[in-house]
Amino acid sequence: MQFSALLRASDMAPVRYLIVDDSIFARKNLAKMIESYGGCVAGEAGDGSTALTEYSRIKPDVVLMDITMPQMEGIEAAEKMMLQHPEARIIMVSSVGYQENIVAALQKGARHFVQKPVKPEMLYEVIKYVLGVDCTVAAEATGARP
Amino acid sequence: MKLELIQPFINAADAVLGQSLGCQTRINDITMRPERYRRQGAAAVVNVRGEIEGRIIFDLEHPAADRIAATLSGTAQPQESVEEIICELANLVVGNAVTTLNDQGFRFKVQPPQVHRDVCGTGITEDTEALVMSFETPSGCLFMNIALRYKRAGVAAAD
Repeated sequence: MQFSALLRASDMAPVRYLIVDDSIFARKNLAKMIESYGGCVAGEAGDGSTALTEYSRIKPDVVLMDITMPQMEGIEAAEKMMLQHPEARIIMVSSVGYQENIVAALQKGARHFVQKPVKPEMLYEVIKYVLGVDCTVAAEATGARP
Repeated sequence: MKLELIQPFINAADAVLGQSLGCQTRINDITMRPERYRRQGAAAVVNVRGEIEGRIIFDLEHPAADRIAATLSGTAQPQESVEEIICELANLVVGNAVTTLNDQGFRFKVQPPQVHRDVCGTGITEDTEALVMSFETPSGCLFMNIALRYKRAGVAAAD
């Protein structure tokens, strides 16, 4: 599937992402999808506490955050990230998608929830929705495939 | 072990394997195993804690593991280890099954998957039976070994 690139409306630059997941394989999969959306992986983290440090360092446009992780889980990390950076746009991406988890994540400030295995077209639409007027869709498809 | 506990794992494995590998899967065999489990190849274990406790082991014979890792990574020579990919597969299946169980009212937490290197699985106790399912995929067989027990008061007694 080909996607039209999602660009930042302010400067037409690629949207910058922070991927947070304890699985290297999952991070690579998400990175491939981001590439297919014309985005740029600005940073990666394997747990919640590293994610907080990385966010402060790179200030991404979007955070894709897993829930079940060692040391600090995704929901706690989302809460702390929102306290430090209320402008953060966090999308929870997890295989554990029960109601309680979703509600908890949204209450802590996450903007959306996507259940794994991730469908590229679903994540694309969610990112577009979360970025809202801050993103623009390029006229042509990126050509990269997830 | 009640079917209400097992069915979500069967459904999740079927859905996740089908979507991830882009193929149809078939359950070959379901057996109860009173003895300790012996690992077949590359394996990952996921522990769950709460009203249901126990562990789920995902196990692939090495040729099948290599083929499935190659399919999932989209390259014949994956940079990640086969174990890393099996762990993520286990995470997807268990996460989806737990979602269903949680929505049915069971409350428990899933721990991150770990590579299972021991030759044998954890011992099966009197109140924990292990069920082994074999899923046939075009890349080979995947074994899912589930050993779970109810911890919630009143549930075990209803068995």
